[in-house]
Amino acid sequence: MNMSNMSNMSSGSPAPRSAVPMTFHPAEDPPHLSIEVASDPSLLCGLRELVNRLARTIGFSEIQSSQVALAVDEALANVIRHGYDNRIDARIWLSIWTLAPNEHGPGLRVIIEDQARQVDPATIKSRELDDIRPGGLGVHIIREVMDETRYEKRNGAGMRLTLEKRTSTPGKASRPGVACLTSAPPCDPQRTFQTTPESPNSEPGKDHA
Amino acid sequence: MTDRPVLKVETSTRPGGAIVVRPQGDIGYHEAPAFRAAIREAYDKKPTVLIADLSGVAYMATPGLATLVEALQIAKKSSRRLILCGMNERVRAIFEIARLHTVFTIVNTVEDAAASVANMTK
Repeated sequence: MNMSNMSNMSSGSPAPRSAVPMTFHPAEDPPHLSIEVASDPSLLCGLRELVNRLARTIGFSEIQSSQVALAVDEALANVIRHGYDNRIDARIWLSIWTLAPNEHGPGLRVIIEDQARQVDPATIKSRELDDIRPGGLGVHIIREVMDETRYEKRNGAGMRLTLEKRTSTPGKASRPGVACLTSAPPCDPQRTFQTTPESPNSEPGKDHA
Repeated sequence: MTDRPVLKVETSTRPGGAIVVRPQGDIGYHEAPAFRAAIREAYDKKPTVLIADLSGVAYMATPGLATLVEALQIAKKSSRRLILCGMNERVRAIFEIARLHTVFTIVNTVEDAAASVANMTK
């Protein structure tokens, strides 16, 4: 999948169905890829595969690409679960820039925006890792694998998460001893069909795993 | 966009009564509930040992981890054993990042898990 093809996948003018459209990025720095997507968990598989392949296209290793895809997958799942309380008809905007090489190589910037409830970015934390219990690890994973992670309130409504990673500044998860995360393999067409995601049972601003 | 593929999970019982749960596919946010349901169904059969064979799992995100942590808690509360096996490097990596790789009993194969159980009962 080359960049020209990726550019053709852009959704064009954002958010015709939205009360509050996505941020309009400066004309001089438009995203290379922008997608408006429903808050439907069944779409996550395809999105992480797309991000993984895009990262591979611009020069990330298989391991790094899989890490970026995992971080985006975790972030989108958090928006769906905590922001939208598992509504599947809300909107999420995913914007991706390829970053020109600097001393740390080329990179990716990913911005995820929503219209969900706003939370104080300072409250978005992982649980303590020594506190072994289900949930609360997604934010930890995101921060571990990306170079930069920034949560903000959007003007008006919703949240914005900015993620960045360069090819030669691997996240802490790329350190020796941590092999690789996901190759974001294609969705398995042989799988059976089921419809209902897990019910939310955690607090807003908290993480799901 | 509702009828989406989720997760196929095979369950079998080994000689001696250990139950093997074998998910096949990604385990992300969308798929984890099916995995959780399969584990709970297996526990309902009250095995002394539950083996989660992850050899068919190419990708796991934190909802999959959460499901397994919950399964471990159930095992500890009910004096059962939970053994994980068949992880590829990518799946194992997320356990390491979350520092959960030391919390679980992790072996390479179902046979290794069965042998571990046999040794435990000798």
